[in-house]
Amino acid sequence: MQLQAIDYAVIGLYFVFVIGIGWALKRFMRTSVDFLTSGRSLATWITGLAFLSANLGAQEVIGMAASGAKYGILTSHFYWVGAIPAMVFVGVFMMPFYYGSRARSVPEYLRLRFDEKTRGFNAISFAVMTIFSSGISMYAMGLLFQKFLGWDINASILIAACVVLLYTFLGGLTSSIYNEVLQFFLIVFGFLPLAILGLGAVGGWSGLQERLAAPEIVGPYAPGVMTESWQHLGSAAANPMGVEWFGMVMGLGFVLSFGYWCTDFLVVQRAMAAKSMNAARRTPIVAAVPKMLFPFLVILPGMVALALLGPEGLSEGGKTDYNLALPLLLQKLYPPGLLGLGLTALLASFMSGMAGNVTAFNTVWTYDIYQTYIRPGQDDAHYLWMGRMATVFGTAASIGTAYVAMTFNNIMDLLQLVFSFINAPLFATFLLGMFWARASANGAFWGLLGGTGAAAVHYVLTGVQGGRAGLLHSYSSDMAQNFWGAIVAWTSCFVLTIVISLVTRPRNPEELRGLVYSLTPKQTDEGLAWYRRPAVLGAIVLAGAVVMNIYFW
Amino acid sequence: MDLRLPIGLLFVLLGLLLAGYGLVSDPAIYSASLGINVNLRWGIVMLAFGLAMLSLVWRGRRVT
Repeated sequence: MQLQAIDYAVIGLYFVFVIGIGWALKRFMRTSVDFLTSGRSLATWITGLAFLSANLGAQEVIGMAASGAKYGILTSHFYWVGAIPAMVFVGVFMMPFYYGSRARSVPEYLRLRFDEKTRGFNAISFAVMTIFSSGISMYAMGLLFQKFLGWDINASILIAACVVLLYTFLGGLTSSIYNEVLQFFLIVFGFLPLAILGLGAVGGWSGLQERLAAPEIVGPYAPGVMTESWQHLGSAAANPMGVEWFGMVMGLGFVLSFGYWCTDFLVVQRAMAAKSMNAARRTPIVAAVPKMLFPFLVILPGMVALALLGPEGLSEGGKTDYNLALPLLLQKLYPPGLLGLGLTALLASFMSGMAGNVTAFNTVWTYDIYQTYIRPGQDDAHYLWMGRMATVFGTAASIGTAYVAMTFNNIMDLLQLVFSFINAPLFATFLLGMFWARASANGAFWGLLGGTGAAAVHYVLTGVQGGRAGLLHSYSSDMAQNFWGAIVAWTSCFVLTIVISLVTRPRNPEELRGLVYSLTPKQTDEGLAWYRRPAVLGAIVLAGAVVMNIYFW
Repeated sequence: MDLRLPIGLLFVLLGLLLAGYGLVSDPAIYSASLGINVNLRWGIVMLAFGLAMLSLVWRGRRVT
């Protein structure tokens, strides 16, 4: 792929604006609260779009197109089942406790509700996880630019990381959030023509259905398997994902999705930066509206790439690489000019994901690790300085992990697996913590560890057909193993936390005011216009997701 | 800072850049995009979006 001057001009203009925003916000960063939490001052549309954008890293964009090419419309379950319900839930039911508790981070909420050890466990695992995930996505981006543009992988990693560092260092969380909103629009405008042109090239949705029903594409499955989202979930053997509806709904739709959207500080931080309780609660629900339409933007191009290029068009050296779907389609359909915009969208998605990781890391590091365990009791200027330093070494550590990923792919896979063990049971801890006053500190901590342990045991005892054989059971795909592992982890944590809580000392209800549902004054939305009521908006968004599922049934 | 200002400005500039390039570029390059001059068309769409953002900024200022 050869870039023209016009493409570089588009990319250059983008760089000027992201750094300019950081520069313009610099003078507002007076305290650590401004820098790390935006001083709780932002409007809903801003936090809402940032909530979405922080999750929209390059891996999400490239990975979802890849899944679109590999599994077809089944990938939409990651949105209409695996995201929308959880986003509505966190807004309507959980945000009152996150925002109302005045905690500055998710781990800090855990300390207020339970105790120090649960917070420490969550803070440290989260900090390590953010560094590794931003390193992995940095590596993925560098690899892509090397392959398609011939850019040096070291240079692309370094330049992209420095731009992100510059604007987060200058303007902190506000700069990250403002840029995420800008990047959101660039991602939409950069990929929308791809979806439209792609659909035109295959003769519309019906043309796409026809092409994807070809025997060389569906292989052993029914002809409609790539374009019908629910009809082939009756058994794991009937679809390329290798999952059946129960594992899909419970594993992805419940445990993994709620575990991510409701407890991951990376996204929750955006909502906590909103200017009022009502704005914080509407943040994830506002984000859910574009999220619902994103399959059109990111999954559809993957399906089109498969239809236009065929499985052999997506292979390299005889091996199919679905990650090529999006860049190959960009190359095929975009002329110079628009190509620059498409690459800018790719860069924007990478940067929004990375800045999200860096700003979540520096808050957890500064408040939950440094201020708690290393140097408590300093004045605020010291923590503001530490927040800035954390931005620098967080970025440096991410670059380091990018190189670890480059040399030891297996170690990275292993780490991601370990993190999935840690994350899967977390939602049970939060659910019990927020809605059951009796849940005790020891119950939460040992339940969490037990859930993580159960996930690890499940992983060791089961296998995947065609891969490592399982002692107890072999799933038909990695994804099925992953979904069921999550179900096992969540259930173990849920049951263990209840059992241990019942035999340990509960906390004094006085201390739990504002932290638990039954001990907190109810949110009243009376007197608010309907479009400001989280529950009404949530119901509308959920109805939209139901319509989508039925339409593409 | 009103965030709509930089978003509006960026999209106005990007729109002008793409649409301008669409006007002067060799039509042969659009064989890739189904024969449609996507730079011109999408540039105009982005310009319109940018101007809409800027008009919101302007309206907001007049009110306050």
